[in-house]
Amino acid sequence: MLKRPPTICLSGTLYIGETHICGPLNLNLPSARWTCILGPSGVGKTTILRVLAGTATNVKLDGTLSTEDEKSLNGRITMMAQADFLMPWLNISENTAFGARLRGEKIDRTAVQDILTRVGLAEHLEKKPHTLSVGQRQRVALARTLLENRPVILLDEPFSTLDALSRIQMQSLSASLLRGRSVVHVTHDVAEAAHLSHQIFLITRTRSFHLSLGTAPPPPRRWGASETLSLQSRLLHLLMEET
Amino acid sequence: MRAAVPLLLLIWYIVPILTGTPPFILPGPDRVLQALWTHHRLLADHLLITIIEILAGLFLASILGWCSAILLASSRTACRFFQPLFLFSQIIPFFALAPILTLWLGYGLSSKIAMTVIIIYFPITSTLFDALIKTPEGWLELAHTMGASRMQILYRIRIPNALPGFASGLRLAAVYAPMGAIIGEWVGASHGLGYLMLLANGQAQTDLMFATVIILAALTLSLHTVVTIISRRFLDHIKD
Ligand SMILES: Nc1ncnc2c1ncn2[C@@H]1O[C@H](COP(=O)(O)OP(=O)(O)O)[C@@H](O)[C@H]1O
Ligand SMILES: [Mg+2]
Repeated sequence: MLKRPPTICLSGTLYIGETHICGPLNLNLPSARWTCILGPSGVGKTTILRVLAGTATNVKLDGTLSTEDEKSLNGRITMMAQADFLMPWLNISENTAFGARLRGEKIDRTAVQDILTRVGLAEHLEKKPHTLSVGQRQRVALARTLLENRPVILLDEPFSTLDALSRIQMQSLSASLLRGRSVVHVTHDVAEAAHLSHQIFLITRTRSFHLSLGTAPPPPRRWGASETLSLQSRLLHLLMEET
Repeated sequence: MRAAVPLLLLIWYIVPILTGTPPFILPGPDRVLQALWTHHRLLADHLLITIIEILAGLFLASILGWCSAILLASSRTACRFFQPLFLFSQIIPFFALAPILTLWLGYGLSSKIAMTVIIIYFPITSTLFDALIKTPEGWLELAHTMGASRMQILYRIRIPNALPGFASGLRLAAVYAPMGAIIGEWVGASHGLGYLMLLANGQAQTDLMFATVIILAALTLSLHTVVTIISRRFLDHIKD
């Protein structure tokens, strides 16, 4: 069973050593909502995700990271990045179950098979990652993320290396498979943000703010629909004005 | 390469004839070949001893290398303490230790194995250590969010990821190991190819001496090849 994702609030400024990285931010992440963080490279988007994931040991947060139930996010969060981080010595099903394998837990083979079927890789269970295409490898990473079954998912430009068609397929697949979880999705692709997000944060070198989506329908929004396209062009204009 | 070998053999054959060098100074390839044949039993007996020393040395140095590289990679204190030691070790001429090893461990196999271990321990350990600490940061962060302990990360990520590094260390070791064994045998032994070389030299059997060198070169080459083949076979997924 999936636990209900907590509402998360990150507010404050991020530093590495004495260097200002990002902020002041006020990032409110409601439960079971898809939040896109949009902004040019180098503004600290990855750093924000690392702070949420608890892996940013070198980052100082001058502010607070809080959850509505006041419990830590440890064990409730997982990350999917631009690189797939598949272990080259393990085959696809072993990579999918990497979390359980790593913790020395019993591996639920039917669950692995089921998830790999859902991402369309049922034929490739025994193959090694290097024999797959970039898009297929990213599907394995998605399957691994799903198998961890965490309520909060962090996505760090996971689709940016894919070709246009597999990118669209992966976006739709992720939108359907990650429904019900809180997703924090870093991207610099305005079309992606317009398609997937309940809410959008824009971060630029000078400021960061929450963008109201007004009357736009809930995601995933149809590709090419006029609401999606107008949202997309609004985002693009905002980004261009700010940078 | 293919053209070079027959050419070198030809030069080797002609030079003693042209210059009139006597065979006990430079025997031609024909004489060496003949020595290989006449003494093949003797050569095989001594070769076997040297092989045993080398394999035992490779085995022990690998175990020691793994233990120390893991210790160094997992403890910052150990690293700070040992790393200067490792740099220092580069400037010690280890072959100079051979007489001392013979003094301590005697004329048997153990002093030669020890010499081999000492010569190859550092290449194995330092390549392995480099491979262990070069785990991609993203893998470690992933493992962290998955709730893995340090031991689990070591066992499931760092070590498998370091195997190609170990393989390249072992390939290097395969080249140096015969040197270690031979130096050990030169200092004091009653068996082994190094001993046979000294014996042949003392009796002015230069053709036998050359035959031994050829066997030794062939041994080193095959060792390197075998290690390469085995590591390719088990690490086929990682292209190097
Ligand atoms: N370990 C680090 N030490 C110092 N500066 C860093 C470190 N990691 C990232 N930075 C800096 O922080 C800024 C934000 O990086 P990052 O979060 O990766 O940006 P983004 O993901 O938005 O492209 C960059 O200017 C980068 O140079
Ligand atoms: Mg980034």
